[in-house]
Formats: sequence, C-alpha cells, structure tokens
Amino acid sequence: MKVLVAVKRVIDYNVKVRVKPDNTGVDLANVKMAMNPFCEIAVEEAVRLKEKGVASEIVVVSIGPKASQEQIRTALALGADRGIHVETDEEVQSLEAAKLLKAVVEKEEPKLVILGKQSIDSDNNQTGQMLAALTGMGQGTFASEVVVEGDKVNVTREVDGGLMTVALNLPAVVTTDLRLNEPRYASLPNIMKAKKKPLDNMSPADLGVDIAPRLSTLKVEAPASRQAGVKVADVAELVDKLKNEAKVI
Amino acid sequence: MSILVIAEHDNSSLKQATLNVVAAAKAIGGDIDVLVAGENCGAVAEAAAKAEGVNKVLVADNAAYGHFLGENLGELVAEVGKGYSHILAAAGTVGKDFMPRVAALLDVAQVSDIMRVESEDTFVRPIYAGNAIATVKSSDSIKVVTVRPTAFDPVAGEGGSAAVEQLDVVKDAGLSQFVNEELAKSDRPDLASAGIVVSGGRGMQNGDNFKMLEQVADLMGAAVGASRAAVDAGFVPNDMQVGQTGKIVAPQLYIAVGISGAIQHLAGMSDSKVIVAINKDEEAPIFQVADYGLVADLFEAVPQLEEELKKVM
Ligand SMILES: Cc1cc2nc3c(=O)[nH]c(=O)nc-3n(C[C@H](O)[C@H](O)[C@H](O)COP(=O)(O)OP(=O)(O)OC[C@H]3O[C@@H](n4cnc5c(N)ncnc54)[C@H](O)[C@@H]3O)c2cc1C
Repeated sequence: MKVLVAVKRVIDYNVKVRVKPDNTGVDLANVKMAMNPFCEIAVEEAVRLKEKGVASEIVVVSIGPKASQEQIRTALALGADRGIHVETDEEVQSLEAAKLLKAVVEKEEPKLVILGKQSIDSDNNQTGQMLAALTGMGQGTFASEVVVEGDKVNVTREVDGGLMTVALNLPAVVTTDLRLNEPRYASLPNIMKAKKKPLDNMSPADLGVDIAPRLSTLKVEAPASRQAGVKVADVAELVDKLKNEAKVI
Repeated sequence: MSILVIAEHDNSSLKQATLNVVAAAKAIGGDIDVLVAGENCGAVAEAAAKAEGVNKVLVADNAAYGHFLGENLGELVAEVGKGYSHILAAAGTVGKDFMPRVAALLDVAQVSDIMRVESEDTFVRPIYAGNAIATVKSSDSIKVVTVRPTAFDPVAGEGGSAAVEQLDVVKDAGLSQFVNEELAKSDRPDLASAGIVVSGGRGMQNGDNFKMLEQVADLMGAAVGASRAAVDAGFVPNDMQVGQTGKIVAPQLYIAVGISGAIQHLAGMSDSKVIVAINKDEEAPIFQVADYGLVADLFEAVPQLEEELKKVM
C-alpha cells in the first residue's frame, strides 16, 4: 500500500526563540531550521512499515518555501521514495494546509497518511484532523502504536487518561506522538542517493486551493519572564519557606 | 452572541475543565449552552446544568459518542454548533482530537489553546512552546476555539439551574471503532487541576524510585507528574508527562525533582504559582525559573523532605 507522509520545515527545537522587537513575529533570520520532530517520527513510521513489507511506496510532501526541499530530501534519505513540494512563500495556516494535502491525497490515493500531531512553531495540533475530516477518513491521533491488519489499522493513542486503541477503516490518517518510535539518522550513502530521487514541484494554484489565511496575527510578544528566586541551604529551610513565606503548604 | 461549550466528562462525572471553559465563554460574553455528548451521561448533564452562567444543556446520549471518537463527535458538533457564533472545548486530548474536524467541516479556522480572551474575535495563545505569545484575530463567522483550562478560573459548579434538552441527532461516521483502553487508576488528584504537583525526571533513574515522590505527594495531597525523559525511559506512563506536548499544569506549588528544565518542559509548568527545583547540578536551567532551589542529591533530599513534611502537615 502507498503511504503519504507530510513534513514541515520549522525552527530547530534546540534554538532559543526570540520575539522580534517590533512584535510582528519570531526572528527566523539566520536561525537553524529542521524537520519538525513529530514529522521525523512520521517518516520513521512509514519507513518501518515499508521494511515490514506493509507499505510499498512512501511519498513525502511538504508545503512551504523553496528551502523546504531540504526537509523533503532528508525524508528521502531516511527511506521515502519520492517527494512532492507544494511551493509557496505565503503563510499557510492549518485549514489551508489540510486543503492542499487533500488535493495531494486525491491525486495520490494513499491508503495511509501519516503526519506529526503538532508542529513546534505554531503548536496548533490541527492539520491531520482537518485533513481527515475533509477527505472523510478516520483518524488515529497522538499515536504510540500503529498496526495495519487487512483493510484496517489499529492505532493506540496517548490520551489524557492513559492509552486508547481504535480500529480505523483504511484509508486513514494517523498523527504521531513522541513514543511511536525513535527516528534513525540518515547515512551518508543514503543522503547521496536521495539527491537522485524524484521530487515534483507544484504551487497551491496548481492544486486549485485558495490559501488566504483566516486568522491574522495582531502581535507577538515575549512571555512574562519569571525571576529566578533564592537557593535554600537544606530541606528544613525549604519546608519553612514553603509554609511560612510562600504559604503554599 | 451565542456560545456552545462542549463538556468534558467520562460519562459519569463532569470534568472540572468544563467549568474553566465556561469561564472563557463568559469572558467572550453572550448566551452559553453546554453540549454533553456521551453514552448514559445523564448525571453529567445534571451537573452541567448546575454550573454558573449556563443557559441550556443539550444532551446527545448515544453509543456512538460513548468513547468520544473524533469522527462522530466532529459530525455532531459541526451540526449542532453551526447556529452558534462560538464553539469552545477544553484543549485536552478529546478536544484536540475532534475540534479541528468541526472546524474543517464548517470551513473555518480553529484557534488552539487560548490563554486569554481579548474580544469576541481576538484571542491570546502560546506559540513556540510558550516562548512567544500571539494575539490572533479570527475573520470567520463561527469561531472554533480550544481553551487552556489552567488559564481561566473555573465558574462555580453549583447554584445554576439550566434547562436540560435531549437531542436526537445520531452521527455515526462509521470510520472508526473503539477497541480498548488502559486508563491509569490513581487515588491522587488529577494532574491537570491539582493544587500541588510533584514531578520527577530522568534523575529519578527508574520507576521504583517514583515511590519516593508518591509518598511526598500523598502527604500534601499532590498529583505526581514527570518529564518526557522519565516517560520515554519507561519509568512512568505517558499520562504523567508535563510539557509543551504533554499536560499543561499551573498549580499553587510545583516541585521538580531531577528535571533539568528544558524549554519543552517549562512550557507545561511555568505558570505555576511557586516553583521548587531539587537538582544536583547548580547550573541546571530549572533554577532560572524556580522560586526556591535546592542543590542536592535527590536521593538524600526527597527522604528528608518526607520527614520534614510529616512534622508540619
Ligand atoms: C518535539 C519535542 C517535544 C517535547 N515535549 C516535551 C514535554 O512535553 N515535556 C518534557 O518534559 N519534555 C519534552 N521534550 C524533551 C525535552 O527537550 C527534554 O529532553 C526533557 O524535558 C528532559 O527531561 P529531564 O529533565 O527529566 O532529563 P535531563 O535533561 O536528562 O535532566 C535530568 C536532570 O536530573 C538531574 N539529576 C540527575 N541525577 C540527580 C540526582 N541524583 N539528584 C538530583 N538531580 C539529579 C540532572 O542534573 C539533570 O538536570 C520534548 C522534546 C521535543 C524535541
């Protein structure tokens, strides 16, 4: 079966984020960018399904500026077979990303679509569920285990109370949580091979999707910063402060 | 304006988060209806009817909603919610699952995890693991919004007397089935709404050592949480993870034990009123946000803490 994986280029998770002085956004100039960590987990899961003989082809898609091709190449080096780049320099919000992915799903007809549960820039946690709704598919969100059996996929989900397993009819959408797998690193030979794998380029207009945003960001501010407090000498002093100074116990 | 709040519950009791979401709805202003979707959830509807500020409780009681499957709730809420100006739910794993489906079915954007209401169409929310705070304005006719419960003081759960109305809308999308669940059983308070949280990290070394934290927690009536590293290592289950991609907590007192204080962890707890850090590394970033820091080996400090607490509690 064919698996479609969506990946996003975001700020590297180790980078200290700085708000621009004019409060219009976050400073991304000369900042290290990388594949969203949850998308790495999505790619890894698809590769494992291929290694198990469950997936026959892995198509990786990314929406974003020209530089997003780096993340597509990374996914190809990790084991995806071909890439699709929906290229735009405009801001693409979740609903519009889901509409673009829906158009790709209609062309490619994958049996399984795997996405990260959230991207660590906008922290929205929406695109996979929106794609599932728009395409009329079931969804296994926040997945910690994915098992394909015949024309169904069983997804174990990380929920507030613990774990919950659902069975979905295929085709279906899965969004990854942290404990689904531990992504591998790409080897140098595979990075070289990835350069020759096919990568299609298209625009949102080619897919017939209007990507005008519905939400406008009025301002972006730094959070109220916490002041470091005091160091206590020992446990007795700590308990005394909690009881008599902070009065929280 | 008319606001539909989707209740969070387990079919037998209403979760406190619902009262926080009603508070967010009050901040927007307008009539507030609450939808209780579940199976054999009559007691939940009665509880919701008593919440302060609720106009009407709508009940969709059907096996299709028993396990809160996102596909079925999505269709139901899109249908019931289309006459409202706002649809609100808590940003827990149930709300995060079905609300984007609602938004997509209504062809509107969703505003996730709001911390503040500026006006009926403008909301404040964290981005980049809380390292930036965005004010966003929605131009859609229906605002689909998930709410960070800890950011809103709950309305009173008693005193109201809203009418309860049964709905006969049954939406079974037929796309998914519930197979099973493994829910953590604990007599401790719920992590997300506990007044005191004691969390352990990789420094705890194994799951058995978490017993030390549980003993301290039980003396104070606290919940026990964990860092991602402690969950990934298998010390404790996933429902205990605090952080950007786990649970958001804002207790009166948060005690971080053997946790370094990565930004992804801070994103889940930095709104706590008082933060205590116990860590043997005095350079650990957690000390930059801690009100009280104790540089010590946790294997000595935690048993001492238990003894000291016994004297004063
Ligand atoms: C996409 C993404 C999402 C993430 N989401 C989350 C999230 O939601 N929540 C989260 O917590 N993390 C999250 N993380 C992980 C985060 O980046 C850190 O790796 C993690 O929080 C580290 O956990 P820790 O502090 O327990 O471990 P470490 O960073 O290894 O720190 C262990 C600490 O214990 C101290 N210690 C060790 N032994 C002792 C001792 N005997 N006595 C006292 N102190 C001791 C050490 O000095 C050290 O400071 C995420 C990461 C990514 C990439």
